[in-house]
Amino acid sequence: MKSKAAGLPLSYRLAVTSRCLAAVFGGYLLASMSSVCISLLAPIPKAEAVISGMMLSFLFYLVAFLWCFASRSAWQAWLGVLLPSLVLGAINGLAYWMKS
Amino acid sequence: MKEGFRQAMAWLHTWTGLIFGWLLFAIFLTGTLSYFKEEITHWAQPEVPTRALDPAASLALAQTYLQEHAPNAGSWFIRLPEAREPALSVGWRAEGAGRRGFIDKTLDPATGEEVQARETRGGDFFYRFHFQLEMPHPWGRWLSTFAAFIMLLGLVTGIITHKKIFKEFFTFRPGKGQRSWLDGHNAIGVLVLPFHLMISYSSLVIFMSMVMPASIIASYGDNTRGFFNDLFGAPREVKATGVAAPMLPLPTLYEKVQEQAPGTRLGWIEVQNPGDQNARVRFTRHAGDRIAHMRGGGWTYDGVNGELQGASTIEATPMLISGGMYGLHMGVFAGPWLRWLYFFFGLAGTAVIGTGLVLWLGKRQLKHAKSGSQPGELRLVEVLNIASMSGLLLGVAAFFWANRLLPVGLEGRAGWEVNSFFLLWGLSVLHAMLRPGRRAWAEQLGLAALLWGTLPLLNQLTTGHGLVHSIAAGDWAMAGVDLTALGSGLFLAWAAMKMWRPPVVAAKRAPKAAKAASANLIESEVN
Repeated sequence: MKSKAAGLPLSYRLAVTSRCLAAVFGGYLLASMSSVCISLLAPIPKAEAVISGMMLSFLFYLVAFLWCFASRSAWQAWLGVLLPSLVLGAINGLAYWMKS
Repeated sequence: MKEGFRQAMAWLHTWTGLIFGWLLFAIFLTGTLSYFKEEITHWAQPEVPTRALDPAASLALAQTYLQEHAPNAGSWFIRLPEAREPALSVGWRAEGAGRRGFIDKTLDPATGEEVQARETRGGDFFYRFHFQLEMPHPWGRWLSTFAAFIMLLGLVTGIITHKKIFKEFFTFRPGKGQRSWLDGHNAIGVLVLPFHLMISYSSLVIFMSMVMPASIIASYGDNTRGFFNDLFGAPREVKATGVAAPMLPLPTLYEKVQEQAPGTRLGWIEVQNPGDQNARVRFTRHAGDRIAHMRGGGWTYDGVNGELQGASTIEATPMLISGGMYGLHMGVFAGPWLRWLYFFFGLAGTAVIGTGLVLWLGKRQLKHAKSGSQPGELRLVEVLNIASMSGLLLGVAAFFWANRLLPVGLEGRAGWEVNSFFLLWGLSVLHAMLRPGRRAWAEQLGLAALLWGTLPLLNQLTTGHGLVHSIAAGDWAMAGVDLTALGSGLFLAWAAMKMWRPPVVAAKRAPKAAKAASANLIESEVN
């Protein structure tokens, strides 16, 4: 990675910006979805499940962050955080619907 | 990001570290000071006398005082003196006032007289600053929590980047410029790694219900209160009946607590509806009695007939883990030795961040060393490095100096202490902009050394609580702050001297080929 900012093409910079957004916001979405999933599905009392979900969510955030900068392209970064979020979201919806 | 996993992680480590490094340095330094929050507060209010601890007698004095001064208050709060903080604090909400109308007073624990101590935020300022950053709520908390996440990310990416973690652990090559900085950065980072991981992850856990509320909403909907009630037990608020009834003496109830849990230390004591038929007295455990933090734990008594109303103990595993994380982060349970260890680990964390910032710049300046001119962005980083590190040290020193120099009766005195902190910190930015890099470092570190090193002298001259008195009286909290300031002053003087001399190392010791090789080595690892 070159540190000289001047020599970098615009497309590269846009890609980096896109990855940052994917990491911060996409990663947050994934972390939130995972915390909801754990809190709804864990077979322990409600408050405990919520706490466990919140505590574990940061690890999901961390991995999502790493993924966004390790993946081959910015598109892949977005795909990698949005697809699991979507799957978890579907599971959450189902679990929520079955509970209420 | 194309080159491979480790390179991508190194890139992430480098850039997140740069952007958040300045903020993290400030958070870590002020957070480290917070381990001695009580001692700093004690130093900042030398008027509060240190007495032998006698909880029952202090409780009786507090009750007498509150009965006299706030008989109609909705609730009273009492905080007992402890070894680290000699003040007996009482507080109450003024009648008819809203949530803001809170009055609190400091009493002499031996006589029950009000102590006229200088107005100051003391150690609480650094403690609050390290997670609120003096920003409006909730932005400071969000920002510092995100910074903590970046720290955690930096640790993980750092571990991934640093391939020979154990082999190089014992490698330190001093006096080799950039190489030594990298060795130092790695060694401190790895040596204190468990602490670093704990402290950054636990900061996330502490604010998790604020920053990651999705699961609360999914399980509790709008009823977030319900969640906290499930966690900590519903607050047992009882309405006042309006029928006056004499209250039991608090020492009697204190005896009952001691029967329940012999030898327990107490934190806050809250009296609801004092003087009413429905008076309730809640004793909470001192946070230092156990590692895991338990909000809502304690004993509630009927204030009139002395019946135990309820004692809450929550021991479910997830609560124990999150409470444990909270407790480990705060370190209230730590005795003197462990507390110093916490302090030095905190300094190590600060040093990892500082050396990282220096490395980033040093590596890039090397490339421009021959041409003699520096691109604007490097100069910007240089100025920010200087102001965020040596400038912050100046700001903290300014806070302590203001505490001793501002007139005791000054209106808004506590605010002026904080202003001095920001004023000197701001001036350091200006100074760093005007002076060449190395010179600016030397001058700021030199001034910081002077301010820190002479703080005990200032204390001696302006109060009767200088080292001569405090050591003789065995007031180690007071003496400890003075001695630590002196030690910091000496360390800063050493650092200033290093910066005062021109850099000899890179030019003299390393022949050209070796220099190029070491530069490549750094290149392959840092970036």
